[in-house]
Amino acid sequence: MRAHPGDYELVAPGTLPAVLSLLAQEPGGWLPIAGGTDVMVQYAAGELPARKLVSIWNLPELRRIEVLPNEIQIGAGCTYTDLREHEVVSREFALLPIAASWTGGIANQNRGTIGGNIVNASPAGDSLPALMAYEAELILVSIRGERRVPYTSFHIDYRKTRLAPAELVRAVCLERRFSEYQGYARKVGPRRAQAISKVCLAALARLGDGVVEDIRIAMGSVAPVPLRLRETERIVRGQRIDPPLVQLARRTAAAETRPIDDIRSTARYRAAVGGNLVAEFLGRLSAGKIKG
Amino acid sequence: MSDCPQGRSKCEMALRVNGERIVVRAYPMDRLLDVLRGELGLTGTKEGCGEGECGACSVLLDGTLVNSCLIPVLQAQDAEIRTIEGLRSDSRFQELQEAFLELGAAQCGICTPGMLLAAFHLLTKKPQPTIEEIREGLAGNLCRCTGYQQIVEAVAEAAWRGTAV
Repeated sequence: MRAHPGDYELVAPGTLPAVLSLLAQEPGGWLPIAGGTDVMVQYAAGELPARKLVSIWNLPELRRIEVLPNEIQIGAGCTYTDLREHEVVSREFALLPIAASWTGGIANQNRGTIGGNIVNASPAGDSLPALMAYEAELILVSIRGERRVPYTSFHIDYRKTRLAPAELVRAVCLERRFSEYQGYARKVGPRRAQAISKVCLAALARLGDGVVEDIRIAMGSVAPVPLRLRETERIVRGQRIDPPLVQLARRTAAAETRPIDDIRSTARYRAAVGGNLVAEFLGRLSAGKIKG
Repeated sequence: MSDCPQGRSKCEMALRVNGERIVVRAYPMDRLLDVLRGELGLTGTKEGCGEGECGACSVLLDGTLVNSCLIPVLQAQDAEIRTIEGLRSDSRFQELQEAFLELGAAQCGICTPGMLLAAFHLLTKKPQPTIEEIREGLAGNLCRCTGYQQIVEAVAEAAWRGTAV
C-alpha cells in the first residue's frame, strides 16, 4: 500500500556537520536520503521501514571531485551524470562512467549518487564492480571524525556493510595508477536501458610482453555482495593468454560465482554468463581489441 | 533549506515554479509530482509508474531532467522547477512540439510531456545529437503506443531545424 507522507519526517539541515550531529544524537534513527532513486521507490511502495529521513542531497561537502596528485576523491553525493561528465574520471577511471551510463535513464543518472549506490548495497549495483576493480577506498565520516576503509571489504553480506549507524560515506578514493591498464565493462540485462543487471562485469589488466602482469575481475549480481573473482585472477596472472587458459578461466569464473535464482534470472544462467564475460575479456585483451 | 518545525506536520514551503514564486502547504515527504498536480493544478506532468522507471513525471529542476515522483518536495525548495506548462513560451520548445505533431510522435499522450521534457533537456545539452544519443536521452521515457521510431525522428527533425535557423 502507498505510504502516507504525513507518517514520515524529513529534515534538511543543509551542511555536513549539521547532518552528522543529527545522526550522532540518535544513531540509526535517521535514514539519509540523497537523490531518492532507491529510497523514494521503497517509500512509494509503502516498504520503507524508516520513518525519519534526513536529506543529504546536494550537500556541498559531498558534491565535489577533488583531483590530487596521487588519487582522486569523488564526493559520495556526486551523481552518475557528474561522473560521466568529469574529465579525469573519464580519462583515468573509464569503467566508472561506463557503469554510470548503464544506470537507469538520464533522469535517474541526474539524481542517483555513487554514495547511494554503495550504501544501498544491492548486489546488482552497477558501479560497484568498477570500484572493486580499482580497489577504491572509502572515507567514512561521523561526528567523531573520519576513517578510511578498503572498499573490497566494505560489503559484509547481502545488504550489510561496515558503515556504523551514525556514519556517512563522504568520499570514494581512487589511486591514479591505472594508466597502463586496459579495462573492460559489460552489463547483461533484459534490455539495454532502464534494466537491472542479470550480470555485470568490470575488469582491468596490465600486460607486459604478452604476459598478464596484473588482473582484477569484479562482478555484480552473481553473489550476495559485489564479487572479486580472486581465484580466476590467480590462474590468469603471470600467464600468456591462449585458448586453453581462456577456457580454464571461463570455468573457474563460473564456479567462483555464487548466484541465486530470482525474478531477474537464474543461478545457472548467471554463472554461465559470468564465465563467458571473463572469456570475452581475455579474448579481447589478447586480440588487442581494448583501448587503454 | 529550512525544515518544518513540527516534523511530520504540513508546513509552508516556497517553490519557484515556471519562473513564479509560489508558497505551498505540504508535507516535506510529499512527492513533487503530487504537489505540482494536486496543489498547483499543473496536470501536464503525468504519473505513470510512480517508481522512476517510465519518465512520465519528468520535470526540470535547475535545468536538470528528473523524475518528480522520486523527489520529496522539501528537496525541491531551493530549485528552479520547470514543467511542461512553463516551456510553452520557449521557441526551441515550440519547434520540438511542432516536430512531434508533424511526425506522429504523440499518440495517447500520457508519455508525451515527459518525452518532450527529456528531448528538450537533451537538445539543450547537445543541440545536434546523433540518433544513438537521442535514443539514450529518451531511454528513461517509456511509450506504449508509438514504438519510439516517430519520437526519435521528431527529435532529430527538431534538432535539424534548430541548426537550420
